[in-house]
Amino acid sequence: MSIELRNIRKTFGDFVALDNINLDVAKGEMVALLGLSGSGKTTLLRIIAGLETPDAGSVRFQGADATSLSVRDRRIGFVFQHYALFRHMTVFENVAFGLRVRPRSTRPPESEIRSRVHELLRLVQLDFLADRLPSALSGGQRQRVALARTLAVEPRILLLDEPFGSLDARVRQELRQWLRRLHKQLGITCVFVTHDQEEALELADRVVVMNAGRIEQIGTPEEVYHRPANAFVASFLGNVNLFHGRIEDGRVFIADTCLEVGTANGGSPSSGKAMLYVRPHLLEIDRAPRGPRSFPATVRNINPAGPRVRVELTAEWGDPVNVDIDHESHRRLSLEPGARVFLHPKEDQVFIYQI
Amino acid sequence: MKGASRRVLPGFGLTLGFTIAYLSVIVLIPLSTIFFRSAALGPADFWAVISAPRTLAACRLSFMAAFAAAMINCVFGLAVAWTLVRYEFPMRGIVDAMVDLPFALPTSVAGITLTAIYASNGWIGRWFVLLGIKIAFAPLGIVAALTFVGLPFVVRTVQPVLEEIDLELEEAATTLGANRLQTFARVTLPTLMPAVLTGFTLAFARAIGEYGSVVFISGNLPMKTEVLPLLIMSKLEQFDYGGATAIGVLMLAISFVLLYGVNSIQKWSARRLAA
Amino acid sequence: MFENFGFIAGATRHHHRPALADAPVVRIALIALTLIFLGMFLFIPLAAVFTEAFAKGASAYFAAISNSEARAAIRLTLTTASIAVPLNVAFGLAAAWLIARFDFRGKQLLVTLIDLPFSVSPVISGMLFVLLLGVRTPLGGWLADHGIRIIFAEPGIIIATVFVTFPIAARELIPVMQAGGRDEEEAALVLGARGFQMFRRVTLPNVRWGLMYGVVLCAARAMGEFGAVSVVSGHIRGATNTMPLYVEILYNDYQFSAAFAVASLLAMLAIVTLALKQAVGRRVASTIRAAAPAESIEQKAA
Repeated sequence: MSIELRNIRKTFGDFVALDNINLDVAKGEMVALLGLSGSGKTTLLRIIAGLETPDAGSVRFQGADATSLSVRDRRIGFVFQHYALFRHMTVFENVAFGLRVRPRSTRPPESEIRSRVHELLRLVQLDFLADRLPSALSGGQRQRVALARTLAVEPRILLLDEPFGSLDARVRQELRQWLRRLHKQLGITCVFVTHDQEEALELADRVVVMNAGRIEQIGTPEEVYHRPANAFVASFLGNVNLFHGRIEDGRVFIADTCLEVGTANGGSPSSGKAMLYVRPHLLEIDRAPRGPRSFPATVRNINPAGPRVRVELTAEWGDPVNVDIDHESHRRLSLEPGARVFLHPKEDQVFIYQI
Repeated sequence: MKGASRRVLPGFGLTLGFTIAYLSVIVLIPLSTIFFRSAALGPADFWAVISAPRTLAACRLSFMAAFAAAMINCVFGLAVAWTLVRYEFPMRGIVDAMVDLPFALPTSVAGITLTAIYASNGWIGRWFVLLGIKIAFAPLGIVAALTFVGLPFVVRTVQPVLEEIDLELEEAATTLGANRLQTFARVTLPTLMPAVLTGFTLAFARAIGEYGSVVFISGNLPMKTEVLPLLIMSKLEQFDYGGATAIGVLMLAISFVLLYGVNSIQKWSARRLAA
Repeated sequence: MFENFGFIAGATRHHHRPALADAPVVRIALIALTLIFLGMFLFIPLAAVFTEAFAKGASAYFAAISNSEARAAIRLTLTTASIAVPLNVAFGLAAAWLIARFDFRGKQLLVTLIDLPFSVSPVISGMLFVLLLGVRTPLGGWLADHGIRIIFAEPGIIIATVFVTFPIAARELIPVMQAGGRDEEEAALVLGARGFQMFRRVTLPNVRWGLMYGVVLCAARAMGEFGAVSVVSGHIRGATNTMPLYVEILYNDYQFSAAFAVASLLAMLAIVTLALKQAVGRRVASTIRAAAPAESIEQKAA
């Protein structure tokens, strides 16, 4: 089941939560809505579900207008941020709920309900907890029960609100991989909300980066990470060094240094101020200048504890710079605090945005 | 394209309709009757009743007795709340439960019991008689009865605040050199003040309107030991509905002012603590 | 020496904060003050009810509470409660759902209006219904012509009791329903439940302690109301007396021990109410506390 959102707008009093949102989700796709709190991502998810009504705009499922359909009639599955398990019902009863409240005509017989519930619980590997109450479960287990409960009614679309937000790092990792396997297995259209970019980049087929009620960029994880469309996306995803510079006659300058880093992203260069973003692992350190794009910097701090070595420096013009190098380079360079070195960005890996 | 006014959870119309209908029938219509009736009385007659000496005497006694009782409950209620929250002693749980007795006990039962105890030959009254103090059938008896009915108010408004209070604030004061009394007066008490005020006002409001506990112990002597609710009852028994209505309106006005006062205190304290 | 004594009577309930321990003298003084104050106003009166009730011996006691007038009073008290409580609890559920789940203009006003009967003196509460439905009023007169007596008859007592106990259940249910949050109900809707299914299967079980608490408080108040009922009853013995009224009649007739005998029944009811309040009240408080966003077991252990 595909989703088409057109011109969605939503305000709460004076606060504009969503401003002219357009989005297409293909059938079977897994899409992440990524952004900070207040970016509107949860509101958008709830509008798709029918738990909020937009002030303007339309929601279509597989071409059919769903804007005026009630929550029940949309036949979507929704996993809440805090699971919303029915706390006085056992795990079994929770998962069976959707089947038991069906009108008599469509309700399967109790024996079929029982077998379906157990099948789902086996799918989420929780069959042995069927008689427990939610309060006796860990967070990760509750999450899986919430998922099983949603899948019981065979929804056409699965919506998840910060599904792993309140879990430990390790449990989160495991559940992420598990959800990806499940999605491959079921092939269901899936939209999830997260503020964790690692999660979005790891799980999603496409990422929708949102900010203050607007969509900043829609693209595959690779696209949004390596080819950010604007300054917000560049600084939001991954670590990044930020420099203020200016463009003159097509060339880019920071302070007095002309960096020759090429033309500004996004078309014809002109004169004016610009922001430059470089990722820490895309800067190289040398003891001597290496071409027109090298600039001097002084080492402030070195942190070798980790898969790569973190070097903090101050550029010649005063800005702080963070560089990630591998341990081999670190050994070769034998850096120490106070050393004067030269940095240069790898080819084409500087994001330049005019402001 | 539906507007944002559609609600997701069901039952709005149904519950709104039922709530308003039930509220109107049970509360609003009866309450409005009293205002219509007093309006029918005419301003001159209304004023005559309100300003009659007997009414004024009852007013004075009601206010003073209610104030005295509320003050007693403030002081002792604070002590009781502190003791229940901070100290351990045998049967603390039972004492804590018993604080709600004035809420649970019918007022006529309280009334006859307090009269029996504080009468000149009663278990407590006889000791005060030795000191020349008459409690039952005197204004002090009214104060005693009103203290009883208002007892839970201050305790129950202060208790939750005391339980939630951040002890680190008191520890900080101690490290800065304050002794326990100073810590209490400068750190703890200001935090408790809104709750104490709320409790006081609630106890006061309850005391002004109290009937059952007072009617037995007061003796109902007009101009001496008659409070406003007793005056109303007296007029009703004589079928002076006009007079009763006028005083009723007066009492309602007082109640609403006090209710407004409580709400204001709570709003003010919420703002103060949030800032 | 005081240290040891202080442990038995006056140990602080914050054992891990020695800096905040009040001096033993202070502790003992406050505890003594508390016990004396509560003794004078709570414990002694409660004891006195039972002492006076049995002043003329056990057989007089049982005669006082089992004669026909007493039985009529008991019956009327129970009837009144069994009508007032379901009505006001149903209202309480509707009002709680409305106020806890929806936003609308005038909501604050509605909440204030619901609280109104609490701020009205009992005598005035009764008087309202005399003025509205008494035989000399238009409405009351019309009803009397059709053979329906409200004031000075049972229906008047019931309706006055309904007025007085009106806000009780709602006041308990609103915070409990608010604390529960809408997530579970939204989840039920998403899973396909209809309105009443959702209410019956999800909402009611989640508020059951608040509901029970509201029922206990409402019933206690309904059975114990005196002032308002006194005004509308007309004090007709054997017909329009509830137990609290019957106590007054016996007392005014100088049948003191009989009055206290009936009063002792009400006192026992009060004690049961207090016990239930403690038991259920603790569950209600933990419902409200537990309804904060669910922590996982890992986080609880951390």
